[in-house]
Amino acid sequence: MFTRHERLKPSYDVVIIGAGGHGLAAAYYLARDHGIRDVAILEKGYLGGGNTGRNTTIIRSNYLTPEGVQFYDESVRLWQDLSQDFDLNLFYSTRGHFTLAHTDAAMRTMRWRAEVNKHFGVASEAVDSQAVRAAIPMMDMTCGGHAPVVGALYHAPGAIARHDAVAWGYGRGADQRGAEIHQNTEVVAIELEDQGSGARVAGVITNRGRIATRKVLCAVAGFTPRLLAMVGLRSPIYIHPLQAMVSEPIKPWLDPIIVSASLHVYVSQSARGELVMGASLDPYELHSTRSTLDFAESLAAHMLDLFPFLSDVKVNRQWAGLADMTPDFAPIMGLTPVRGFYLDSGWGTWGFKATPVCGKTMSYTVAKDADHPLIKGFTFDRFARYALTAEKGAASVGH
Amino acid sequence: MKLMTCPINGPRAISEFVCAGEVRAMPDPATSSDAAWADYVFNRNAVPAVKQEWWCHTPSGVWFIAERDTSTDTIHRTYLYQPGCLLQPERAA
Repeated sequence: MFTRHERLKPSYDVVIIGAGGHGLAAAYYLARDHGIRDVAILEKGYLGGGNTGRNTTIIRSNYLTPEGVQFYDESVRLWQDLSQDFDLNLFYSTRGHFTLAHTDAAMRTMRWRAEVNKHFGVASEAVDSQAVRAAIPMMDMTCGGHAPVVGALYHAPGAIARHDAVAWGYGRGADQRGAEIHQNTEVVAIELEDQGSGARVAGVITNRGRIATRKVLCAVAGFTPRLLAMVGLRSPIYIHPLQAMVSEPIKPWLDPIIVSASLHVYVSQSARGELVMGASLDPYELHSTRSTLDFAESLAAHMLDLFPFLSDVKVNRQWAGLADMTPDFAPIMGLTPVRGFYLDSGWGTWGFKATPVCGKTMSYTVAKDADHPLIKGFTFDRFARYALTAEKGAASVGH
Repeated sequence: MKLMTCPINGPRAISEFVCAGEVRAMPDPATSSDAAWADYVFNRNAVPAVKQEWWCHTPSGVWFIAERDTSTDTIHRTYLYQPGCLLQPERAA
């Protein structure tokens, strides 16, 4: 499926760090839309082995801020044509997405999100408990008596996709257009010339040798602070593990995607019949992808609040990824104070759905050395300007 | 079950504690520049290391400092705050 490259070339026009969905998508659009094909994608592990292969594959655009809604809406549009684009079946499956509200306060946020969404042409609406009951008849609407469902935000375009295939599709497309994917290639240093305010990228040192380049796109998760330290930058990103698990495959019964912020649950049923489940972040900083029993226990308990009949279903696998968290739950993208060093980072727990639009906007940003209009709310300097993009109300379940 | 040692109450389940993040020196808000203040408010040192962190034992409300390796989740030491105990020196008021 991919060309093997025995050695690195001495120089590339662009070096992308991280062969996950985001990095590969950027390489794909750099070649396809901007004609930049002299690109190396460096991956310290294996292709798609980070958060691209560890997320719960939910795609939606029902965000809270105008910046977020427009950005993710463009992503959903790109997703819908991607299987044809790649000639590879992504199993893209539009399911509808319910964010349950268990309190009046949550319902108010749902109405707010619905209004912002509709303003930008995104199909979201606040629905009452009867509508939820009709759509998900097998759910316990009282949640064991302690968290009755009072309504929901319904988002018809909500979808899931086969995450590994996204990395393969973008990777193959980039590979066919001349970009080089180098796995098992770790970046150990980034060379700068003219330290201080005039600093700019001169090259990248890897465990397989030095590369001269003027442009580096950092598209990693979990390792962003270490790469930023290599170029002498500080950022608000901090790292928490995010865990998830799947059940054994069972007969299809759950069509929509269900999210409950109060119960810290999101769940969908995959094409294989597994229930793919996630919850909130681990509670403190850790750079490790270990799994915990605490997580499995509390997620299972909340799943049983919603669906008591699942008590005999077994958990098949549990895993974790490293999430780049930001204070406003929005990503950090675009130019940085180091010239030629571009960031596609801060993707916390919300990065998979943004894969296509990140590739589109970051390829534009790298090619033109200017932030794409859609990412202007997510720039690195927004913190120094105290101009945050407050997306916490819609980005995660952990609030 | 993962345990943490509270300096007052002894070993307890980690679920009884909350982490308030790494110990950071606060610049004087009266004289700090906007840029230095933004750096203090937002920026973090998220490279894995043995760090001093503020933790609270919530049932008893005890605040203390833990030295924890953020790459392995190994807790090396826990102790109550005392002047001079911070690895990162407190800035002059």
